[in-house]
Amino acid sequence: MSSSSRGLLLAGVGGQGVVLASMIVADALLRAGHDVKQSEVHGMAQRGGSVFSHIRWGSKVDSPLVPLGSAEVLAAFEWAEALRWVPYVQEGGAVVADIRTIVPPGACSDRRSWSTRYPDVDAQVFDCRHLKTRLIDATATATELGNVRAANSVILGSLAAFLDIDLLHWEAAIEGLVPRGTEEVNLAAFRAGREVADARLPRLASAPEGFSGPHEIDIRHEWCKGCDICSRVCPEYCLELDVDGKLAVVNAKACTGCRLCELLCPDFAIEIHPPPAPVVLGAPVLSR
Amino acid sequence: MQVGSRSLLSGNEAIARGAVEAGVLVAVGYPGTPSTEILESIADRVDMEVRWSPNEKVALDVALGASLGGARALVTMKHVGLNVASDTYMTAAYTGVGAGLVIVVADDPGMHSSQNEQDTRAYARMGGVPLLEPSDASEAKEYTAIAFAISEEFDTPVLVRTTTRVSHNRGVVEVGSRADRPATGFVRDPAKYVMIPGHARARRPVLLERLERLTDYVEASPLTIESGDDAGFGVVTSGIAHHYVREVLPDARILKLGMSYPLPMNRIRAFSESVDRLFVVEELDPHVEDAILAAGIAVEGGTFFSRVGELSPDAVRGGFATAGILPAQPSAEAAPPTVARPPVLCPGCSHAPPFLVLKRIGAVVTGDIGCYTLAALEPLAAMDTCVAMGSSIGMAVGLAASGGAEGPVVATIGDSTFLHGGIPGLADAVYSQANITVLILDNGTVAMTGGQEHPGTGVTLQGSDTTPVNLMALCEALGVRDVRVVDPYDLAATYTALESAIAHVGPSVVITNRPCVEAPTKIRDRPFQVISEACTACQGCMTLGCPSIVWSEETYEGRRKVVIDPVTCTGCTVCVQLCPPLAIVAVPDREDAASV
Repeated sequence: MSSSSRGLLLAGVGGQGVVLASMIVADALLRAGHDVKQSEVHGMAQRGGSVFSHIRWGSKVDSPLVPLGSAEVLAAFEWAEALRWVPYVQEGGAVVADIRTIVPPGACSDRRSWSTRYPDVDAQVFDCRHLKTRLIDATATATELGNVRAANSVILGSLAAFLDIDLLHWEAAIEGLVPRGTEEVNLAAFRAGREVADARLPRLASAPEGFSGPHEIDIRHEWCKGCDICSRVCPEYCLELDVDGKLAVVNAKACTGCRLCELLCPDFAIEIHPPPAPVVLGAPVLSR
Repeated sequence: MQVGSRSLLSGNEAIARGAVEAGVLVAVGYPGTPSTEILESIADRVDMEVRWSPNEKVALDVALGASLGGARALVTMKHVGLNVASDTYMTAAYTGVGAGLVIVVADDPGMHSSQNEQDTRAYARMGGVPLLEPSDASEAKEYTAIAFAISEEFDTPVLVRTTTRVSHNRGVVEVGSRADRPATGFVRDPAKYVMIPGHARARRPVLLERLERLTDYVEASPLTIESGDDAGFGVVTSGIAHHYVREVLPDARILKLGMSYPLPMNRIRAFSESVDRLFVVEELDPHVEDAILAAGIAVEGGTFFSRVGELSPDAVRGGFATAGILPAQPSAEAAPPTVARPPVLCPGCSHAPPFLVLKRIGAVVTGDIGCYTLAALEPLAAMDTCVAMGSSIGMAVGLAASGGAEGPVVATIGDSTFLHGGIPGLADAVYSQANITVLILDNGTVAMTGGQEHPGTGVTLQGSDTTPVNLMALCEALGVRDVRVVDPYDLAATYTALESAIAHVGPSVVITNRPCVEAPTKIRDRPFQVISEACTACQGCMTLGCPSIVWSEETYEGRRKVVIDPVTCTGCTVCVQLCPPLAIVAVPDREDAASV
């Protein structure tokens, strides 16, 4: 019932060059005599968002999209993107992932736990469905070769090791599509990528200890002249001057205790008090 | 591109190639994902006029004019662009054409980069205009050529509808040679081209009679393709959905519609009579399904295939499983937990600082279509509406009129969007003396779609210099008495400019003047770095939402300090102005930073 077309996925972050890389793969497959379709989405995805490209090949390709669980290889240019797209890989398929991490700004927003929501670089996440993995540091390999911008060719080389396309076609595709003057370094990076070994993974970082509760903002109204410095600098938008020019706390729960308001107040009208020590839930309650 | 070669072209490039081969002389449009690359891919042709218009209506007007002049004309836009062009579109169906006129409209099911997911096929029916639906790059080229032939044979504009997966899908295309079709000249025919009521009344029956002939055409046309031999059930489908159906049901009986308006209902009826169950698989609206039901033919579709978002091989397989045609699939393994990665404003984006100021001021902000719409998201969270191109200004006028806004009302609009649809709104603000401020975010490009030229940039799509529209003079000429230009990288100046403009009674305009950092050229200055010992982890810089600034492993009083990525930092200096402890300083030498 299933189609005879084969498939692979490339994934990364906007600006990493996923689209050019997938054009190279598609061109190599075309040169190898296959019918090829390649589909990507651009637009909003260019703005630092997740970018992915589906490539299908065979004697006659219908759907340009790879069905879930049927890609032979996933090549990810960034760690979190490898995790996002791995459900597309088939049982026993391969994952080539750059261990490079690009933490999106939105992952740095929990000002209670102060932990990013970025996943750990941990090979164990691929311990399922008999996946073959190649976890590489393409940036390091490309830097050794003298051009950090050839990192994508390292990844393509690593991907090529899992595909049955003649080296000849890869090299012609790379030469034809990379920017002029970078052919040699990209070809060298591609060849290096075919041989590259798994990188040593970084140690897992532990989340720092943060304050669990909001600080208390204590305003001495009789000293405040309504100069508005504090409300304009508060990173959490906790303070506001009301219509009468009187300072008010409008978002007490958001205070992280940075004390910018306290330190910048020319009239010493604000004091910030840390929250009481966090209550340990489940601790025995002392009875009188 | 070598004639006779087999090239990998995107659907958009293939449409452009089809237009080249069809001898098109004038190609015009307004940028809009997923249609933009059609014109860009032929911008270097010396034998064609390839142009950006200020908006889609002007583009269609230009194309219609060119067509009446006897030149084959192509016009391109995204689905919502046809709303803007619809006024001309509806009556162009009455006037008919001179030489061939083809309107390419790229729909965006799933809203990858759009504000709605309307289905252009509804416009075909509303206007009485034939619509072709290519399903891949090869057909995109072929159908474009057919569309021109139909346009001339039936004296009608022709719609070619693509979707994101057709426009942005590369496939193998055979390159042909260009037809030489010099313009045949304008022939005066007021009864056909001057649509006063007396003339238009005579044209409406012409339109209806033309549709009957088009129906005969499509009934006999090779655009309708029947395939497969499986007994039992049959599938009517079109566009990209056709490939998904063939993917999951390779042997099924399929009736593929190359023209989905008007429909070959006799072919569909004969097809339905040869099967026990008839299905329709179509993306978005039940355009074909409703027509088949209206013809009294039993058909199933909408129950199994979602009207929301894109179809996919998996969605089509799931639908046929629910219908009992395919066995149920085990659900795919879930992805391991990973981090959300929504699109963000770029490092150094000149749009970010004015929105930070607007948030501080507590303005009610009507937004518009462009990169700056991303200011609606955390941490800026400084935009309250976004509806359609140019809507920000009229909506601000209305919000101010309602008296319901708590805080000053500010409309924010990009340079290209202002020229596209914002000017009449500003005229209304002057006319009604609305107490609003219009912030024109002039970054000198259509940034959202990848950095296209527009009438304000002084450069054409084909690279020649031209006279740029002067935004400040334009606003003053419209009657705005308080117009000021400000450097958005100067937070204090931006704050002052916006506060003063808001204090002005009546409409005021603030124009920011920093170019886009990414397009058309990448702008990079010396990057900045954080002196970790000086950082008090106050998070002041993090309020900007700059992707170059992220948390470091170090902490201060339990809060995370920050670190700046020297490779992506553009050196815009805005974060420096947000750092009370002066912990952010320039990297001494760019080369040192780049090799970190």
